[in-house]
Amino acid sequence: MKKNFFIIIFLICAFTQKSFGYSSDPKQFITEIVNEVKKILVDANTKEFKSIKLSEIALKTVDIKGVAYYSLGNYKKLLKDGQLEEYLTLFEKYFLKSFTSRLTDYSDPKINVLSTEVVNEKYTIVKSVLLATDKRPEVKIEWRVYTKNPDKPLIRDLIIEGLSLARTQKEEFASVIETNNGDINKLFITLKEFTAK
Amino acid sequence: MMRKFLYILVFALFAQAGVLNAGTTGSEELTGSGKSETTKECFEGVSRAMFKLNHGLDKAIFKPVSKGYRALPVPIRNGTGNVVNNLRSLLTLSNNVLQGEFGRAGNNAARFAINTTAGILGIFDPATKFGFEDQGKEDFGQTLGRWGTDSGCYFVLPILGPTTTRDAIGLVGNVFLDPVYQITHNTEISNGVVGNGSYSEHNYYYYRGIGAVDFRAKNIESFDSLEENSIDLYASLKSLYLQNREQKIANSTSAVETQDDSDWEEIDAN
Repeated sequence: MKKNFFIIIFLICAFTQKSFGYSSDPKQFITEIVNEVKKILVDANTKEFKSIKLSEIALKTVDIKGVAYYSLGNYKKLLKDGQLEEYLTLFEKYFLKSFTSRLTDYSDPKINVLSTEVVNEKYTIVKSVLLATDKRPEVKIEWRVYTKNPDKPLIRDLIIEGLSLARTQKEEFASVIETNNGDINKLFITLKEFTAK
Repeated sequence: MMRKFLYILVFALFAQAGVLNAGTTGSEELTGSGKSETTKECFEGVSRAMFKLNHGLDKAIFKPVSKGYRALPVPIRNGTGNVVNNLRSLLTLSNNVLQGEFGRAGNNAARFAINTTAGILGIFDPATKFGFEDQGKEDFGQTLGRWGTDSGCYFVLPILGPTTTRDAIGLVGNVFLDPVYQITHNTEISNGVVGNGSYSEHNYYYYRGIGAVDFRAKNIESFDSLEENSIDLYASLKSLYLQNREQKIANSTSAVETQDDSDWEEIDAN
């Protein structure tokens, strides 16, 4: 009886591990995410449910903290005590809302993951294409995958037709701060306003 | 023709020397690809006002027109896009030659010849099936970039949108280098009657206008998404414009070539 109990616990753990785990191979990692996102976009009935499920994927597969630091750039040095934690919390909310909002408009995206290019031991670029529809042409999408921990790759940037979303975000943040005479609190207010929309 | 070419060269030399960058206020600096390139604002307040004007015009005119265009059957839209691209390839061809990209120039010449004849005035694209693939558009701003001209400062033009000092000069250069403009313009002068005949100059503006509507129609959702998710749309478009120009000047197809890793490495060090 005791042996059966251990087997059941082991099986539950194995299943749980599998359902939350992703491949350590960057190409396979992206393929799994693409398939998972596609399934949610096709199966989920409401936009709210899609947003919740997509947020869960983003929290597991995107290096949100890394992207948050990158987006702030050198302005990170201006943060006072406690502001970094506040910024990270705000950024996560902002990122998830922005990320899910961009995706929920797609009903059945067809993405083919094509190849990989190892930049260095910390980064691999995974190349893919979003196939053309009647409304728009084919779109090249490159995923910057952070591989410092080879067992747990994480996405740090999406490069669409050569245009980096992370860099665009970083320059947008810098613009908000600069146009308000270097006041970083204005960025915090803007992020709060965005997430409250 | 020789005199026009000389004008272009003089413009290029001025731009090269940085004379046309005079007056830059530099209210904001953007690190470019990280390869020691920075693009400053020329006059941000005016540019933001121009951006608002363009955004208003887009909402009132260009977006509704693009939506109407997209209601047309797919074969008509594809054919229209192909005709415009075929005519546009002549400007690309001129710039391929100026950049010394003779392989690309040959590819474009072959594409134009095949698509204009077998493709029935460019409506179809049989050239791609024959192995002459589209290798992207070129303009005189890109040519100046290839020649090593600095981008100068960034600003927004009414209706025409984002640009830099170099690219604004490029816009002027395009007029001289575009065979479609030259043919329509010179024919109109020869006829002595404005707007008369198939080759009159107004047809050049129709072709450019249709090209703009075709582009806008292909990007309705992308622009809506950008608008919805931006906290500063002006800055987002500026960033995207500058990244796009960098990539086009480098004739790059991979992010690895134009994106810089140093900023990412900096966060790892923290």
